[in-house]
Amino acid sequence: MQADLARARKKRRPVWHGNGKLGGIPYLQDLEISGRLIVIEGPDASGRSTQIEMLTTRLEADGFAVLNTGLKRSELIGEGILEAKRNVSLGKRTSALFYAADFADQLEHKIIPALQAGYVVLADRYVYTLMARNTVRGIKRQWSSNLYSFAPVPDLIFYLDVDPFKLVHRVFAKKQSLDYHESGADMGLSEDMFESFIIYQRKLAREFEYLKKKYGLMPVDGNRAQEQVNLTLQKQISRFLARVA
Amino acid sequence: MYNSSRRFLKKYGIPGKLIVVEGIDGSGKSTQLRLLEKWLRFNNFEVFRTEWNSSDMVKSITSKGKKKANLTPTTFSLLHATDFADRFERNILPLLRAGYFVLADRYIYTAYARDVTRGCNHLWVRKMYDFALKPDLAFYFRVPIDISMDRILSGRPKLKYYEAGMDLGLSRDIYESYRIFQSKIIEQYESMARREDFAVIDATLGIKEQQKIMRDKIRQLLPPRMKKAILEVP
Repeated sequence: MQADLARARKKRRPVWHGNGKLGGIPYLQDLEISGRLIVIEGPDASGRSTQIEMLTTRLEADGFAVLNTGLKRSELIGEGILEAKRNVSLGKRTSALFYAADFADQLEHKIIPALQAGYVVLADRYVYTLMARNTVRGIKRQWSSNLYSFAPVPDLIFYLDVDPFKLVHRVFAKKQSLDYHESGADMGLSEDMFESFIIYQRKLAREFEYLKKKYGLMPVDGNRAQEQVNLTLQKQISRFLARVA
Repeated sequence: MYNSSRRFLKKYGIPGKLIVVEGIDGSGKSTQLRLLEKWLRFNNFEVFRTEWNSSDMVKSITSKGKKKANLTPTTFSLLHATDFADRFERNILPLLRAGYFVLADRYIYTAYARDVTRGCNHLWVRKMYDFALKPDLAFYFRVPIDISMDRILSGRPKLKYYEAGMDLGLSRDIYESYRIFQSKIIEQYESMARREDFAVIDATLGIKEQQKIMRDKIRQLLPPRMKKAILEVP
């Protein structure tokens, strides 16, 4: 185990999204990291945070230093996004850039320092969710992919696939009401909130089909019990960490 | 929803005019833009003036980060883009479509110049802003660094941290840092002047003289029916 950890600390250059003239961050071109970035993507109420909690416990037990991160959590603007969400009149481009600023702040202040220090970073959603949000609101895919060319490519990306009807029931079990934005209510899809939620989640799921192929997201059947889903994730993660160690 | 708005855009077009002023602090561009605004209003045009980094929603958040002095160049760039997008989606584009003269005190070229100077990838910055309309006229106020420094320091002696480019570690002396930072920004402006079709204004000329050059340029933009068309928009 000790030898594994020592070897895992070997420094390497990160791989960035984007390519050629576009990609990475010029002032971080000498950056070297030794940690690993693992992303869990999936719709609202697909069980991401529970899975991350369980994975964190397990990885820490195995002796890894783990950092949990997610969207809308930057100190700088996390609050601002919540405020702005209450103000419904934000344009699609404005909110796209706002989310990107929040992500950039966390990337440079949390994720990159942790990767430099050799942590396993478990990200509750990453740029793919933000890309999908943009696309279903009518922003060109190419614009979003250019925008996020400064983000490092994760080592592993999982996508929790859950049927939209199942999602609705999980959301209701949690709080008996549907979140305005997770229902895409800003898009005027339907007067009916339930219908709006289903349509919106289907649109996102369809966009994720494209993203899975383009960025190599690994689908995981999230319709199963938590423990089963966790077993699948754990197995893949341990296998990966053993291989790179 | 978005398809129908595209059709709508095609049908009504963009009858307004977008006029932009660019240049370093103390180049006198804001003074000139205000004079332009008065002249246009006097001639019964509908005018909207908008300033860089002025969206209320974004401003409060940006200034919070600025106070803590922990904005990285990428975040800094994205926050300014957010501010711009908000003003573009909310004001600039709808008003241009309604036939307004939109006067922008700084536009995407400010981002090109500052973000690249701060160390962002120039292509990344340009692609991020590719949703912005090209202005009908972009005035660039060319001024020697000493004159702009004098103007800035006589009116407002205390320089701000980011304004002086202190985050770049160019110099520990804030005035020296400001000078170096502004010189680098001038280089960026000069390098894009031709490609972006800047109308270059010699900012060492008298205020009246500069204004006359600008008004002449704007007159050339107006077809005879333009004024009438604008007045007809409900």
